[in-house]
This record gives sequence, structure tokens and C-alpha cells, in this order.
Amino acid sequence: MELINQHTKEIMEGCKVRARAAGLTFTDESLEYIVTNRDLIELSPKVMIPTLYDYWVHDVEVLRGKGEYELYPHNPYETVINTRPAISFYNDNNPDWLNVMIFYHVLGHIDFFQNNHCFRHTWEYDFTGQALSDKRVIAKLRAEKGRWVDYIIEFARSIDNLVGYHSELSPLFAPGSAACSSRLNYYLDVFLQTVKKLPIGEYLKEVARYNENVAAFGPEEGERRFFADVVAKYPEMEAHFVKSAGTKRIERQDLLRFLVENSEFLARDENVWMRSVLEVVRKTSIFFQPQIRTKIMNEGWASYWHEKLFLVDDRIRGHEVDFARVHAGVTAMPRVGMNPYALGMRLMQFLKEAGDAGRVGFDYQRLTDAETRKKYNTGVGLGDELIFQVRSDLSDYLFIKNFVDQDFTNHHDLFVTGKRLDPQRMVWQYYVKSRDAAQYRDMVLASLYHPPHIEIAPERGTGGALYLVHHFEGKQLVQEYIANTMVGIEFLWGGEVQLETSEAVIEAPRGREGGEEPEITWQRVLYTMKDKTLNRKAL
Amino acid sequence: MKDPEKYLQELKQKGLDPQREERFRAELAGPQRRGNPVDPGNARGPFPGFSRGPYAWHDLAVLQDQERVQNPYIAQMKALDELLERDRQREKDGFPRKIKVGRLIKPGKGGKGKIVVVPSTEEEKFIHDPTIRPPGEGGSTGGSGKEAEGEVIGEQKVRETGDESGAGPGQGEGESHELDASAYELGRVLTEQFQLPNLREKGKKRSFTRYVYDLTDRNRGSGQILDKKATLRKIIETNIALGNLPDHSDIDPTRFLISPRDKVYRVFSKEKDYEPQALVFFLRDYSGSMAGKVTELVATQHVMIYSWLLYQYAGQVESRFILHDTEAKEVPDFHTYYNSRVAGGTEVASAYKLVNDIVAKENLAQDYNIYVFHGTDGDDWDTGGDKSIPELMRILTYVSRMGVTIAEHSGTQWTEVARYLENSGLLRDKPDLLRMDVMTEDAEEARVIDGIRKLIS
Repeated sequence: MELINQHTKEIMEGCKVRARAAGLTFTDESLEYIVTNRDLIELSPKVMIPTLYDYWVHDVEVLRGKGEYELYPHNPYETVINTRPAISFYNDNNPDWLNVMIFYHVLGHIDFFQNNHCFRHTWEYDFTGQALSDKRVIAKLRAEKGRWVDYIIEFARSIDNLVGYHSELSPLFAPGSAACSSRLNYYLDVFLQTVKKLPIGEYLKEVARYNENVAAFGPEEGERRFFADVVAKYPEMEAHFVKSAGTKRIERQDLLRFLVENSEFLARDENVWMRSVLEVVRKTSIFFQPQIRTKIMNEGWASYWHEKLFLVDDRIRGHEVDFARVHAGVTAMPRVGMNPYALGMRLMQFLKEAGDAGRVGFDYQRLTDAETRKKYNTGVGLGDELIFQVRSDLSDYLFIKNFVDQDFTNHHDLFVTGKRLDPQRMVWQYYVKSRDAAQYRDMVLASLYHPPHIEIAPERGTGGALYLVHHFEGKQLVQEYIANTMVGIEFLWGGEVQLETSEAVIEAPRGREGGEEPEITWQRVLYTMKDKTLNRKAL
Repeated sequence: MKDPEKYLQELKQKGLDPQREERFRAELAGPQRRGNPVDPGNARGPFPGFSRGPYAWHDLAVLQDQERVQNPYIAQMKALDELLERDRQREKDGFPRKIKVGRLIKPGKGGKGKIVVVPSTEEEKFIHDPTIRPPGEGGSTGGSGKEAEGEVIGEQKVRETGDESGAGPGQGEGESHELDASAYELGRVLTEQFQLPNLREKGKKRSFTRYVYDLTDRNRGSGQILDKKATLRKIIETNIALGNLPDHSDIDPTRFLISPRDKVYRVFSKEKDYEPQALVFFLRDYSGSMAGKVTELVATQHVMIYSWLLYQYAGQVESRFILHDTEAKEVPDFHTYYNSRVAGGTEVASAYKLVNDIVAKENLAQDYNIYVFHGTDGDDWDTGGDKSIPELMRILTYVSRMGVTIAEHSGTQWTEVARYLENSGLLRDKPDLLRMDVMTEDAEEARVIDGIRKLIS
């Protein structure tokens, strides 16, 4: 791996000036490296992070069958990684004009990394630096503990898709002024809602009463008076509050963190080192989470800008045709299939136009006449503002859900392609399943990364068992993986582990004429892993 | 080809319970669906992008034309011992093994590639299974174009001209040479690392070398035929030694001195000619009932057995491949062997008979250690084995080992083949010659290797 030469670096710096002028914001420094195939072999299992910890699986061909992107919530070959400074990778034989295009694309990504709120938790530090220190920790542990370090890495990685990314993110956005006393929090959040189960109207009245008190008497005196009334109304409130302060709130979402904090096995003196391995794996996973959750936006944003900026760049005149070919290859809407570059870029362009014409907001949305909608143009010119805001605030899910509408799909002739079996002729048919925007949207949403929602239910485990509940969302877990994953959890927990999940029961079709269609029914099952043997029981 | 309809009628006259008849008919009708029909892989069909989700696209590929670089598998082979050592240690530590070796993958981009054996592994997690959907549904993705709703925009045969693509071997063009080279390696791994047994010394067997006579040895001074080139070389050597050849650019052969010892002759001599020592017949049922996992399982096991024998006989193994439904045929290579499929009935006897015919016709029993491995789902229209057993007895007169693998479909048990093999008493009487291994269709690799141990130990 070596840095690009000065000539190319100068081109990059020129791109930065032009990108900034267009409104993109990013840190001044960036590193660009030339990579060879050999480098890529080493880098790709480490998700292009050169300093990521070593793990033997990185050196083996990993079978990537079904659910590759569910298993690995990141792309093995990012061109640019979200570090400080941002690092990007290049072939050594790119012509200058192509580099200009790629640089703009890369700058689009860097702007996205550094401004999209899904990446908020990565803004304050350099991941390569942290990864390097983690790598040293693991190397040191490996020198002491040998192969056991690799077992722990393996077990931790087997649940690293269940990290509580969102719960990591949300405190970062908690408004600072909203700090309330723990008594007030308990009263409003827990006591009234779960203990008293107050109707919503009554609840809002209580909130209003609090606000009135604070407004009238100032924060401290107001709260005191407020609670004086509360105690009169609910004498038991104080006792409840004291009791609740004693019980430790258990983090429910994040299995890795739960194990670190609650596993008695990991708390033993000889096993405490395992916690740091778990932490490393957890941090690494959380770092990568936003990347996969913003794939369509991120690529769309970068493609939108590389097109826009390349075409006005005065340095590379004469390469418009070359550019057009590469650009079309990247962003053409496939006849069948889903290209995140194409979809994301078109949505951004669509939003830019909509913002410029004022086709956002209530006034436009309540119009029902197609012709009026088409011609609607207030000329407010707020397109840029809109897309920059979208780039900051949304993730793929909201991006698709909010903005893919019938106008958009009609404009680009988009449809849902279905595939079905024609049993008479024994062919698979590809057909236009729907032109309805809602269905198109649902199809895209269904293709997005979505790890299973598995919660810990400590109160349901008997005899020290760890009880996991997989909330059913229309899909079952990959069954072949359940056993080995649970072996790992059992090891880390140091005792029995149970998993409640749903499984499909497919009725075999009766009779070959195909009279009745086979149906899927869902059944709740309980897996129990004890002493490395797995038992399955239907609930 | 025998008409299966007629054969079915014949069976019916002999008395066939209606349940079985229904099953036979189903088998005749075509590859059977169990659960979802086999989805035709990603790379095929009119729209290869169909099953490519949004995350399959990445910058290096689309912008810089840099596709995924395959790990150099040769380097991996070197590290394989280490990996397997690690894997054995895992087992000692009480965790399931993780390295798989039987997988054959195709490196390099583009359509045609080599087939190689690489160590591989999987990282298991709780993830959603995208493949569970109602049968006959192939999922959906995006598309763009002007067609109306409901219009068909492309078709793809469920099975293209009798081929089935699977996850295992045989994707792409099967280049038998490449398969051989790494199959030997796989055999070594299986033998050493997975502790498959070595072949037992077979006592005083005939020598596997034979002699041919040819004019190959050289003799100086006298002999049958003068080797002119070698002689001239000697003469020049002699003359250089004598200082009789002062100038390279101006050679005058008339001035050469010729010693009698310079004349090199060829003489008649005995030559050793190595011969393949083992001959393996791989038999596979490719009838309608063999759809899906069963075929893959049988083929995987056969690749491994082949590799193991290759290693045991130091590369001196010949293999023959036979497919059968109600009729048997020999196919030229493993690729065809693995990928072929018909929708026909099943008659195991036909394959056994073909083996007997080949052995008799080519007089193979004389010169080879013969192995026969048969993979089936255990279904046989010849219910009692009336035809199979006599053929089988004939095979047992000359084979070193015959192994029958039965991969049962889930839900079936005690299949016909298993039953008549058991009833014949041959398994009990000739455990040295005949072995049977029964596994379920969702058996894992470890189980497959275990099965081999059972068949060959």
C-alpha cells in the first residue's frame, strides 16, 4: 500500500475545493492509497480497515451462501472508510479523468460519513487508531491465552449482529436541556404509565400541571410543590420510587453488553479478560452498523455529486464521453434487479427537483388532480436545502419509505419484478408483478439489512438460564446456524441458554395436479442449549 | 430405453400396493418437489441481477472495475494442515469442527474456471432466512421498463437440458485434470487429518507392474542399432578432449578420430510399465426422486471417496461413472455424473448389471483392485431385490469393497434397498466386501466423512 503520487494528490485537492464550493463539508485531510490485488486479499476480510484485529477466519475462504449481507453487515470492498482522516483506495492505473470522477464520488461519501446522523457515534475518534490498539490487546491476550482468544472472538462475532446500535446512538441526540430529576422521570415514565396505567388524557394533564408549577415557581420550588400534590394523591409513590432505585435497570437490547455485564462466568477472575474481547467485537460491529443502513443513500448521494461536479469541472474537458460510459455503467437502472447507486441517485435528483419546485409539504400533497400536480411549481428553489437535510437526517429505511412515491416510480418506469413457477411448463417466469409505488417501496424495504430482533428476557429463564426471545417478523432464522451460535452463547453465559423463535411449517402439496396451494404456517418453538446439546420443542 | 410405463404395468400385474404405485407414478412424472423447488442459481437465467440485492454493489467494482479477489488457494493448502490441527484441537476442547474441505469452488471471474478444493468455513449467526417462501414463489426485486402489469418479461427453464446446478462440484466446465490434482490433496487431508483409515495390505496380491520390451537401453561398443546422435556427441567429446577441435566455427568432420567406445548402440531391454492399481465404479441413482440435497450428498461423498482412493493408491486410480434409473448408462466424467438428471423410475439392478458387464467384457477383475460405490435414496421399484441381489452377488466375487450409501429423504425410513440388503444377509456374511451406510438427506459434512469411514474401514 502506498500513497498516490503528488500529481494525483493535487487533482484530489482541486476536487476538494470545487466540492466545498458546491456545499459539501468534510475535514481537510484525507489519505489516498494505491492498492494491489495482494493488498486487497489482506484488506477485504478486514473490511478495508488495515489495522483491524487478526482472526484466523480472515485467512480462510468463507462460505458466503445465503444471507451474506445479513452475516456481514458491511461491504468487504469499500473504496473509502470512515476514519479520521478518511482513507480511500485506488487502482494504480486509473487515468486522471477517471480519478476526478472517483474523487468526487469519494468526497460525496466522506461528506456523508461526516454529516449523516447515523454516523454520529463515529465522529469523535479515528477508528483505525482504535482498531490498532484493539488489535494489540488481542495480540497480547493471544500470547497469554492462546487459542481461547480465538474461541471468544468467534463466539462474540456470532452475536455481533445483535448489538444495540440504536440504543448506542440515541443518547447522543438527547437534548441537553431536558435533564429531569430521577424522581420525575420515574413518576412520569414508569409510575404513571406502568404502575397506575393512567389514561393518556390524565397523563397529559399531569405533565401540564408540572409545567405550570415550574413556570410559576421556578424549577426547584415548582417540582417540590408538584410532588407535594403527588404524594397527597398517591401516598405509595415514594415507596415505589425508592424500591425502583434499588433494582438495576437491565439493558435489554444488546446481548453482547448484557453478557459483559451480567454473565457470572465472565465475571470470574480467570475469565475477566474475555470481556475485553467482547467489547472489541462489539465496538467494531457498532462502528460498521450505519454503513449498511445507509447504503442506498450513501451511494446515491455520492453518485449525485460525482455526476454534478464532474460535468462542471474545467480540468478534464474532452472526457465527457468516457465519463458518460462509466457513469452509465454505475447508475443505469437495471432492467431487473436493484442498483443502489441508480435508485439513490434518482431519488436525490427527484428530491432536488421537488424541492426547487416546492413540491413538498402539505399544499402540494393535498392536491389530487394529476395534471395540477404535474405542473405544480412555486419556484422556491429549496432543492439543495432539502437534499442536504435528507442527507443529514435519514437512513435508508426512512429515505425509501418517505420518498418513493407514485410520481417517482412512474417517472422512471419502475416496477416490481416477480418470479414464479409455471408448473405445467416447468419454467420460472419473470413478470411485472406490480407498478404500484407502495408495493415497490415495500419490496425495497424488504431487501434492506435487518438483523433479527432478539431480546433478552431474564425473568423467563428458570434455573439461571438465559432466555432469548426472537420477535417474529415474518421470517425464520437460518436453522443450520442456530446450534453453533447457541454453543457460543452458552459458553459466554456459562449456563443453559434458551431461544424462543418461530419456524415455518410448509405443508407438502397433496396430489400432483396442484389443486390446493401449499401454505406456510408458523409455529413457535423453543430451542434449549445445555451442555452443548441442542433440544427443540414446539410451544 | 425401456419403457417405464410398461415396466410399471408389469410390476402391477405382479401385485403392487396402491401406495407404492402412486409413488412410482409421481417419480415418473418428474423431479419431485420437496419443500421449495430448486431455485435456479444466481448467475443463470435471463436476468442474472434478479437475486442481487442492493448490498452486492460496491465502489471498487462499479467505479474501478475491481472485482472481489479470490484468496490464493495454493497458499491456503499450505496452511491447511495448521487449520486442521486447529480444528482437531477444537474438537478436543469440546466445540464442533469448523473447517470444511469438501467444497469445490470456482475461482476467477468469468464463466469458466477451475475446480479446486479449498478449506472453507462459515461464521454462524442468528440471521433471517431469505429462502423461506411459499413454493412456486421466486421472490421479487426491482425492474424498469414499459411493460404492463402482469406481463411476462423473461423465462428460465427450471432445469436446463437435464442439468442441475448445485452448490457442490460441477459448476462450470469440469476439467478433470484440475479435479485430480487437488483431489489427491483432499485425499491426503481426509486420510491424515480426518483419520480415515489406510487401506489394509491385501496380502499376496498380484504385482501391479508388468514388463514390456523395448529398445531403450544404451550400450557402448556393441549392440543392435547404432544411435547416431548419441554417437556423434561422444565422438565430439573425445576429439575435444584430444585437442583435435581447435576452432568451433570451422569444424572438419573428416579429421575426427573415432574410438570404438564412441559408438553408442541401443539394446533391447525390459521396461516396467505402471498400471492403474485401483478401479472405482461410482454408481448413482439419477431418477426423479433424487432431486436436491440427496444428489449433492451422494456426489460429495463420492468426490471424497475418489480422493481418498487416489491418495491411497498414489494417484493410480481409474474411475468409471455409471448413472441409472430403470436403465443404466456409463458417462465419461464426473461433471456429467454429477449434473445429469432424468425423470424416470428406479431399478438398482440395472446399474449392478452394467458393472458386471463392463468387468466381464474388459476383463478388469484380472488387473485391478475394483471398488464399487453406489449412492441412492434407497428407492427401488424392484421391491424385494429379486433382480439386484443376484447381480450384487456377482459383484462381490471380484470387488475389494462395495459400499452402498443411502441418503434417505426426511420422513422416509427403512427404504427398499436398505431392506433387501439387510434381508439378503450379505451385509452380515461378507462385511469385508459389502458395507452400507444410511444417512438422512440433511446430513452434514462431518457425517458424510463418517459415512466414508464406515464404508471403507
